[in-house]
Amino acid sequence: MVRELVVAAIDQGTTSTRCLLFNHAGRMVAVSQLEHRQHYPRPGWVEHDASEIWRNVEKVVPAALREAGLTSDNLAALGIANQRETTVIWNRLTGRPLARAITWQDTRTEGLVEELASTGKADLIRDICGMPPTTYFAGPRLRWLLDHVPGAREGAEKGDVLFGTMESWLIWQLTGGPAGGSHVTDVTNASRTMLMDIRDLRWDERLLKTLDIPEAMLPEIRPNATVYGNCRTVVPGVPIGGALGDQHAALFGQTCFKPGEAKCTYGTGAFLLMNTGGRLATSPHGLIPTIGYVVGDGPPVYALEGSIAVTGSLVQWFRDSLELIDTAPQIESLATSVSDNGGCYIVPAFSGLYAPRWHPDARGVVVGLTSYVTKGHLARAVLEATGWQTREVVDAMNADAGPGLALTRLKVDGGMTANHLLMQFVADVIEVPVERPFVMEAVSLGAAYAAGLAVGYWADLAVLRSNWHRAGLWEPAMDPKHRAVEHDNWNRAVERTYDWVRPT
Amino acid sequence: MPGRIQSIERAVAILRLLDAADQPLELHEIADTLGLARTTTHGIVTTLRELGLVGQIHDHGPFHGRYEVAEAARLFGRGGPDPHELRSLAMNWADSLAHQTGLAVTLGVPTRADVLVVHHVFRPDGSAQQLAVGERRPLHASALGKALLAFASSGVRRLQGTELTVYTKRTIRSHQALTDVLAAVRQEGVATEDGEFQPDRGSVAAPVQGPGGLAVAAVATVGRRDELFTRRGELRADLAGPLKQTARALSREVRRLW
Repeated sequence: MVRELVVAAIDQGTTSTRCLLFNHAGRMVAVSQLEHRQHYPRPGWVEHDASEIWRNVEKVVPAALREAGLTSDNLAALGIANQRETTVIWNRLTGRPLARAITWQDTRTEGLVEELASTGKADLIRDICGMPPTTYFAGPRLRWLLDHVPGAREGAEKGDVLFGTMESWLIWQLTGGPAGGSHVTDVTNASRTMLMDIRDLRWDERLLKTLDIPEAMLPEIRPNATVYGNCRTVVPGVPIGGALGDQHAALFGQTCFKPGEAKCTYGTGAFLLMNTGGRLATSPHGLIPTIGYVVGDGPPVYALEGSIAVTGSLVQWFRDSLELIDTAPQIESLATSVSDNGGCYIVPAFSGLYAPRWHPDARGVVVGLTSYVTKGHLARAVLEATGWQTREVVDAMNADAGPGLALTRLKVDGGMTANHLLMQFVADVIEVPVERPFVMEAVSLGAAYAAGLAVGYWADLAVLRSNWHRAGLWEPAMDPKHRAVEHDNWNRAVERTYDWVRPT
Repeated sequence: MPGRIQSIERAVAILRLLDAADQPLELHEIADTLGLARTTTHGIVTTLRELGLVGQIHDHGPFHGRYEVAEAARLFGRGGPDPHELRSLAMNWADSLAHQTGLAVTLGVPTRADVLVVHHVFRPDGSAQQLAVGERRPLHASALGKALLAFASSGVRRLQGTELTVYTKRTIRSHQALTDVLAAVRQEGVATEDGEFQPDRGSVAAPVQGPGGLAVAAVATVGRRDELFTRRGELRADLAGPLKQTARALSREVRRLW
């Protein structure tokens, strides 16, 4: 009998670490998951214990194999997708982190980032790495660790203390840790550090100098689909063939390989990425030009990224803070109890408005309240907010992506795609068809695809594309006049959020 | 947490069944619908009657001897799990069933008069398809409907008083024929639809059973008639297995939820 071969994906996420196994048809055959602790030492600080996450990887990979009745002999390759911008430093001799990892949600680097902007470094940073300095990138966090963790800077200069985002940390551990682990990162994660030149894909000396980061501690930057090394523990001998930041992995898993193809992952927030091909777009509308992916020795494929801070988390707020529903899916039942929004609009500018509006002093509003409005109308307004925010990002993308790259359809994934009413509304307001693929785990699938591609388990991108099948399709059906009126109402609602927070 | 007490689950299922039925039910109807032994059913119904939650008709009329839910027990309320919650937990299972069978998958919940389609997964062949979410299916002429009639009997009495709507020349027309078909469905665990609603369409459905065995939804694979049935009208051999497995998995999820 022929040995069954599958590819493993590790999805190292914000709240949990999972291992998923995929077969040749791109179908998921097993999944195992462990959550890790969130540490909140101060307001605005969010940390993870990188050692705990590593221990979880040591458990979830064998657990997924057990669930499928397979062993490491059945693994063709292993790929990693990870929460981006979460920063860890560790000692290469002991294998222990010097401090808890600073996560992407952590805002402690605000002061540092403001200082960079005010000392005129913003243009330099934008020119080299494609984005203005903001708190969500890893470089400023690394600088914070070097400044505040005893022994960090001296160790880094000696070459004993290493930096990595989560995929670097896991690859280093998997390939041997203190006994010669490979210290590497992939180009998508590196592009989110604010330290890499987005054109030649190398660490940039000027940026390292600006942030005062010793180069000796940085991992080597590698493509996304390439063999990083063989595992020496957990699944010994299995090649690690892929690593990508989670949103890039989803772009890859949704097989958005042609310029103009785009995906949106709907979770607590939403991330829309569009493939812009070999061209690095500039975005006057404040979207983020980024690396889409790099396969082997191929040229970089660029992408534009637009994120929406509050989507699923607005439903959670509706459930947990307003207590109008018991579970998130019930919002659809409540919303379908009425036929429209009753004139009510909710703009969830909970911590300001980001791309493409950029009003940090905005705060959320509920407008259009009359005695007619019920909780059903509020539920509609909650869902419609995600639709209109998607529309704003799509408009910005169409303006900035470049000639001929207007969005013609949108591939979606993530938990909110279970909401039929919402997906129909998204299609109605963005005016292009919205499609859901069979495998909703696009992030993990993308990591598996990159890894399988690197070892020849899948021959090429065309094979991956033929694995993509549509499981659901929502066609725009809203009357254009009605849409125009609603769009205008939404815009007027958004204007009412501006400048709510007074400058101190 | 200790496990749930089975006899209480069954008692609640019986109350919900009686509540959903629009006329009183006979003991054997309750037993057959929920897949319980008659002695067990008799024991539970008698206890519920003595506790004042179930009434037995003693009017020597057409319903003499049958059972109905007492006014006090209506406090339990109707309702099954939220249909959108059901869809949310069914998505991965339904996707996987469509992949396994190469057919479209639908999930339906009972309404007072028919079946509401709450989830639809396309057949995985890239062909042009339209989402059927929000559409209705007739109880007596669809696989989803027959699975719900057989395992929840909501609406079955209503149908008895009426003429069965004829959709195609294969639609079941007589109440006796329907009763026989439902008995067979209970036996086999799946309900079929062979050109009875739309002439060229076939489907096979299994019940999603909540606590006590009461069906709260049904899951179906859907395709062309010739994709589901042989020329002799027999169901393709490899369909019932994965379908029942999916329905069992969904039943487990529903019991966790509700």
